[in-house]
Amino acid sequence: MYSKKVIEQFTNPLNVGTIENADGIGEVGSTVDGDIITIYLKVDNGVLSEVKFKTFGCVVAISTSTIVTQLAKGKTIEEAQKITNDDVLNALDGLPEGKDRCSGFALDALNKAIDNYIEFKKD
Amino acid sequence: MKQVYMDHSATTPVDPQVVDAMLPYFTEKFGNSSSFHSFGREAAKALSAARHKIADCIGAKSNEIIFTSGGTESDNLAILGTVGQYAGVSHIITSVIEHPAVLNTCAYLERIGHEVTYIPVDADGIIDIEALVSSIKENTVLISVMHANNEIGSIQPIREIADIANSKGIVFHTDAVQSLGKIPVNVNDLGVDLLSISSHKIHGPKGAGMLYIKDGTSISPIVFGGGHERGLRPGTENISGIVGLATAVDLAMQRYDVDSRHLLDLRNSLIEKTMATIDGVRLNGHSTKRLPNNVNLSFRSVEGESLLMMLDLKGIAVSTGSACSSKSLKASHVLASIGLAADFIHGSLRISLGRGNSMEDIDYLVSSLQEIVSRLREISAL
Ligand SMILES: Cc1ncc(COP(=O)(O)O)c(C=O)c1O
Ligand code: FES
Repeated sequence: MYSKKVIEQFTNPLNVGTIENADGIGEVGSTVDGDIITIYLKVDNGVLSEVKFKTFGCVVAISTSTIVTQLAKGKTIEEAQKITNDDVLNALDGLPEGKDRCSGFALDALNKAIDNYIEFKKD
Repeated sequence: MKQVYMDHSATTPVDPQVVDAMLPYFTEKFGNSSSFHSFGREAAKALSAARHKIADCIGAKSNEIIFTSGGTESDNLAILGTVGQYAGVSHIITSVIEHPAVLNTCAYLERIGHEVTYIPVDADGIIDIEALVSSIKENTVLISVMHANNEIGSIQPIREIADIANSKGIVFHTDAVQSLGKIPVNVNDLGVDLLSISSHKIHGPKGAGMLYIKDGTSISPIVFGGGHERGLRPGTENISGIVGLATAVDLAMQRYDVDSRHLLDLRNSLIEKTMATIDGVRLNGHSTKRLPNNVNLSFRSVEGESLLMMLDLKGIAVSTGSACSSKSLKASHVLASIGLAADFIHGSLRISLGRGNSMEDIDYLVSSLQEIVSRLREISAL
């Protein structure tokens, strides 16, 4: 039911981990729903030089998490903010029907981390 | 790739002996048991032999066996058929851990105006007898409590409930779909009025099952047609399926001592080895009042569907109570009913063993779990 891409990303996810003294952190989900995604950012001159994730969740939660970090890494803040859910789905060759509950969470976590960075920078 | 099937509570492979017994009934012995001619008589003979065989195996009389399409239909027939005997609003007592075949039938009865009480279970998944007794009302017509649970394998005190029901003149049904062949299932010892069995859980074909209806217990049909199965289940009988079911039941009885001991050894070894080598694991369900083939474990900080996928990639087939793997995205109602925290429900794994599993399979599963759980925990945000 899952595409080859999803399984590839799920079994060999890139950018797993945390970033010490991260410039932005975004967390979404809850243990009640069965998914928690945390995304960590390092920003250098307005560019996301490092993007990492930690995810408790299903195959979709983990594969979208790694894809979001890969899509965002190397982009400017503005570019990263323009990543859409379709970009994520395309990178994974789609998701099976009924599995869209948590498919947007990783992107939400990224946007939250970016917001957190912007907020943080203001101070 | 190595393939290890450990999801026998979902379904089982049909035993080759069962297939052999069934085959003639597709091609040469294809008659309709209602027909006058020799073809019909041959089918009628097979039907009768199957009925006797099953009756013998569970301590029933052959006229007490009604063939159905499986566990779901048997449960529906037992519940709707009993309620159909009474005018006015009926009250049914069941448990919170029943299979959807019972729970959704009860939900339907509630929608059309009947009353249902769902009795809770304790932390081990055993029904609260006191709550059951105190929920009995004037209009209680049926108690339906499963013999053994399909997710956590907890074995219910059926005899005790039967005695209560009998003393109050209330019909008592039990779903023995998961227990048959794993623990003794004898209708007299259990003291039940109605009992459901499904063929495909005991190495028989899918789409066959039966309902035991004790002499003197009246139920109404839920489908209407010809006079088959005493008019309680009209429709030309699935002879090959019924022959398969009877052969599978017979085989389960013949192999009972060997199978149950083998399963118990595997089960205990799996629990021991997993608990000893992986931390943050809990066993869900009762430690001893549990089916010999059921293991239900929760792994802290990992989600069940991810576990299933990693195990599947190693050829291991098991199941989970996590919402993420279910079509409805609803977490297991059984695990919630034993008070399990949400993260533990999402991290649950049901391993249901079968007669074909070996100690080598157990070791392969345990070593795979060690690797997979630690990998998923590295990724996990918890
Ligand atoms: C306890 C229980 N009852 C009923 C059923 C339904 O049986 P069938 O698949 O034959 O309809 C199952 C199978 O999942 C079960 O485990
Ligand atoms: S984490 Fe539950 S559906 Fe993905």
